[in-house]
Amino acid sequence: MMGAVAIEALQMAFVLLAAPGLVGIVRAVEARFLRREGPPLIQPYRQLARLLGKEVVLAHNASWLFRTAPYLILALTWVAASVVPTFSTHIVFARLGDLIVITALLGAARFVLALAGLDIGTSFGGIGASREVMFASLAEPAMLMIVVTLAITAGSTQLSSIAAFMLSPVLGLRISLALALVALVIVALAENGRIPVDNPATHLELTMVHEAMVLEYSGRHLAMIELAAALKLLLMISLIVCIFFPFGLGGTGAAGFLLGLASYAAKLGIAAVLLGIFEVSLAKMRVFRVPELLGAGLMLGLLATLLLYVSRSL
Amino acid sequence: MIPVLLAGTAVLLALALAGAVMKGPGRALYAAASLVAFLSACLALISLPARPETLVLPLGLPWLGWHFRLDPLSALFLFVVDLGAAASSLFAIGYGRHEADPGRVLPFFPLFLASLQLVVLAADAFSFLFSWELMSLASWALVLAQHRDRESIRAGYVYLVMAVLSGLALLLCFGLLASAAGSYAFAAMRLAHPAPGLAVLALLLALIGAGAKAGLVPLHAWLPLAHPAAPSQVSALMSGVMTKVAVYAFLRIAFGLLPVPPGWAGLLVLALGGITSVLGVLYALMQHDLKRLLAYHTVENIGIIFIGIGLAMVFRAAGGEEAAAALALTAALFHVLNHSLFKSLLFFGAGAVDRATGTRDMERGGGLIHRMPQTAFFFLIGCAAISALPPLNGFVSEWLTFQAILLGPGLPAWGPKIIIPVAGALLALAASLAAACFVKAFGITFLGRPRSREAAEAAETDSFSLSAMGVLATLCFLAGIFPAAVINAFAPVSHALLGVAMPAQSHLPWGTIIPVAAARSSYDGSAIFLLILAVTVLAIAGARRLAAHAVRRAPAWDCGFPDPHPVTQYTASSFAEPIRRVFGPVLFGAASIVRMPPPGATAPAQIRSVLHDRLWELFYDPLATGVARLAEAANHLQFLTIRRYLFFVFAALVMLLFSLALFQ
Repeated sequence: MMGAVAIEALQMAFVLLAAPGLVGIVRAVEARFLRREGPPLIQPYRQLARLLGKEVVLAHNASWLFRTAPYLILALTWVAASVVPTFSTHIVFARLGDLIVITALLGAARFVLALAGLDIGTSFGGIGASREVMFASLAEPAMLMIVVTLAITAGSTQLSSIAAFMLSPVLGLRISLALALVALVIVALAENGRIPVDNPATHLELTMVHEAMVLEYSGRHLAMIELAAALKLLLMISLIVCIFFPFGLGGTGAAGFLLGLASYAAKLGIAAVLLGIFEVSLAKMRVFRVPELLGAGLMLGLLATLLLYVSRSL
Repeated sequence: MIPVLLAGTAVLLALALAGAVMKGPGRALYAAASLVAFLSACLALISLPARPETLVLPLGLPWLGWHFRLDPLSALFLFVVDLGAAASSLFAIGYGRHEADPGRVLPFFPLFLASLQLVVLAADAFSFLFSWELMSLASWALVLAQHRDRESIRAGYVYLVMAVLSGLALLLCFGLLASAAGSYAFAAMRLAHPAPGLAVLALLLALIGAGAKAGLVPLHAWLPLAHPAAPSQVSALMSGVMTKVAVYAFLRIAFGLLPVPPGWAGLLVLALGGITSVLGVLYALMQHDLKRLLAYHTVENIGIIFIGIGLAMVFRAAGGEEAAAALALTAALFHVLNHSLFKSLLFFGAGAVDRATGTRDMERGGGLIHRMPQTAFFFLIGCAAISALPPLNGFVSEWLTFQAILLGPGLPAWGPKIIIPVAGALLALAASLAAACFVKAFGITFLGRPRSREAAEAAETDSFSLSAMGVLATLCFLAGIFPAAVINAFAPVSHALLGVAMPAQSHLPWGTIIPVAAARSSYDGSAIFLLILAVTVLAIAGARRLAAHAVRRAPAWDCGFPDPHPVTQYTASSFAEPIRRVFGPVLFGAASIVRMPPPGATAPAQIRSVLHDRLWELFYDPLATGVARLAEAANHLQFLTIRRYLFFVFAALVMLLFSLALFQ
C-alpha cells in the first residue's frame, strides 16, 4: 500500500515535470526538420517561469469563473493523468476511475475552458469556444467508441486491466485494435489541437481554436493553461502507449519499477519525435474539413466495435 | 403509510379549492404545498425498502373501488414527484409574485401536484387513467396561464391533442390487459397470462401512450411548445417530474403488469431511445429561447432513460442476464432521479433570468454572472451536472448506462449485437453534444458582455427562488459524490421488477462503485471530487508561492482590436453555427443563404439561415392535413335524413355482430 502511494506520488510529480519537456522535444524536432536551429529543450520551462513572474492583466469584466478556470483546468487534467498507469500498473488511483472517467475529466476541463473563452465577451473567445465544442462533439464519441472496443476486447474499461490483457500472450493480431489505434491517434491529435486539426504555434486570427479561447489570459493564469495543455499532450501519449504498447509495464519490485520508468521515458521520447515528424509533413486543415476527419475517427471506432460484437458469436 | 400520503394529497386538493377563491400571489398556498410535498417525499423515501401495501377506497367505479398500492417502484417515483413538487413550490413562493394573473395558476398548481401523486399510487386502470387525465388537464390549464399569448394558445392546442393521443393509447392498452385479466385491478392483471400477440400490442400501446407524455421522438413535438409556455415552476414540474411519471407508467406496464416481452420490443425501445437522445440535443442546440432549449433537452434525457430501459428489456428477454438487466434498469432509474433534480434547477434559473431581464431570448442576455452571481453559480452546477461532468450526478448515471452497454456482447442473438453498439455511439454523441449545448446556454446567457439594457440592469432574484435552486444544486452534488448510497437505495425497486438487483455497493455512502467486477470497471465519485479539490488548492497555493501576485485590470486584449460594441460578440446562433453546419444539412435541411451586393453597391450584405423541422414536415403536417381532410369529408354526414342515419346504425350493428361471430 505504502509503495503504491509512493509510486502514485512519484507519477503525479513526474508527469507534471515532464510535460513541458515533451513539448520542448516536439518543437526541437520540428525545428530540425525545417532546418532551423530551434529553441533549447528547456525553453518551455523558461517560458512557464517567465509567465509566473509576470503580472496578470485582467479584462475589466472578467468574472470569478475566468480567474478560477486555469486552476480548475490544470487540476482536472492532472487528476485524469493520475489515473493512467504510466510506468507502473500498481498505482493507488487506478481504482478511482476507468477510461470513461478519464475521457469525462478531459471533457470537464474542456467545458471550463470553453466557458472561460466566452467570459470576456470578445469575438475571438467565441470563435474558439464554438469551434472547440464542435470538434469535441465528434472527438468525444469517437473516444468512447474506442473505449467500447477496448472494453470488449479486454473485458474491462479499467486501464490497468487493459494493459495487463495487452501484455498477455492470448492477444494475437486483431483488426479491431488496429482500427481503434488509428481512431485514437486521430482523437489525440484533435484533443490536443495539433496539426492537421489546429496549429499550436499559430496566432493567425481566423485559424486558431485553442489559442483563441486563451487569448485573454496572461501571467500565472496563462502559465497554468499552458502547463495543462502540455499535460494533456503527455496524457494522450501515455494513454496510447499504455494501451497499445504496454511493454515494460506491470513489473514489480525495484528492478521492474526502474525498467518501467526507463521504458516509459523512451516511449515518450519516441512518440514526441514521431509527432514532430508528423506535424511538419502535413498542412493544417480548413476548419470545416476537420469534422470529416473526426467523423472518420468515429466511424472507425464504431466499425471496430461492430466487428468485435459480430465476431464474438463466431 | 398510504392513508398518511393520501391525507397529504387531500390537503393539496383543498389548497386547489382555496386557490380558486384566493387573492394575491398565494405565498401561503405555495408554502403549504411545499411543506406537504416535502413531508410526502420523506415518507416515500422511508417506504422505499418497505413491503408493498395496498388500500381500497369506495370511490371511482362502484363495482371496482379505488385501488392504491405503494410498492418500491411507486415509492421511488413518489419521491421524485414530491421532491420536484417541494422544490418548485418553494421556488414559487418568491417567483409567484411576478405572476400577472395568479388566479389562473393558483387553483391548478396544487391540483397538478395532487394528480401527479395519485398517478403513481393508483393500482387499477380506472383510477390510473382518471389521475392521468387529471394531470394532463391541470397542466394544460397551467400552460394556458398566459392565455393572451398566441404562442401559448398554439402550445395549449398541440398539447391537448398529444395528451388525448397518449390517454387514448393507454386506455386501449389497459383495455387489452383487462380483457385478459377479467378485471381492471392491477393485481388481477399481474396474475393474468395474456396471449403473446395481445401482450406485445399492449406493450406497443403503452410505449405510445407513455412515450407521447415523456417526449419520445417522434411524439416529442409538444414538449418544446408547452413546457416553456407555462410559468417556470410549472415548466420545471412538467419537464422534471411529469415526464418521469410517464416513464413510471411505461415501467409499471412493461415490467409490472405484462409478462416478459420478446427481445425485439426491447430493441425497439433501445433504438427509439438512442434516436430520441441525439435528435433532442441537436434540436436543443439550435434554440435561442432558454426555456425552449431546456425543454428540447428534456427530450434528450428521456432518450437516455429509455436507452437504459430498453437495455434492461433486452437483457431480461435474453434470459440468464438478470444482473445486466438490473444494471441497466438501475442506470435508467438513476437518470430519472438526476434529471428531475437538474432539469428543475435549470428551469428555476431560466425563470429567474426571465424575470430579471424580461426575456427568455438568450441573444439579449449576457454578463448576468455579475448581476446575478448566485443564480449563475447554481445554474452552472446544473449545466455541469446535465452535461455529465464528473464528479456530479449526471455523469454517474450515464457511466452506468455505458457499463450496461458494454455487457451487450454477452448476448447470443444477432439483433442486439448490431443495435446495442449503435445505441452506445448515439449515447456518446448525445452526451458530448449536451456539453456543447450547455456551454452555449450558460456562456451566452451569463458570460460575456450584456447584449441589452435589460441584461445590463438585471438584479439578483429573491431568496426563496435562490434557496430552491441551492437545495437542488446540493442534491445534484451529493448524488454525484455518494453514488453508492443511491444505487443501494434503488435495490428494492430492481428486486421488485426483475427479481435481482445490482450487487450491494459499499455500505458506506462514499466509496467505489463497482457495477460488475472490480477488475472490470469502477468509479469513486467522492475520491475524484476530493482529488480535484486537493489538486486545485495545491495549484492555487503553488501559484501564490511561486508566482507574482500583481493583478492589473485593463480593457480586453482581443488581438489588439477590442470590439467596441457588445453586439460583436458571439451569439447563441453563431455559437451553434459550426455544429449546425456539421449535423444540420442532413438532419434539418439547414442552409445559409448569403446575398452579397455587387462590388461598389452600398446595399448591405445579407445572410439568412434556414432550418427545417423534418419531423413536422414528414409526420405532423401530413397528419394534420389528413385529419382536416377526413373531417371535411365527414362533414357531409351532418346533413343526412333520419332514414340514412338509421341505416348507418343498422350497418354498424351488423358489422359488430359479424366480427364477433368471426372471432369466436
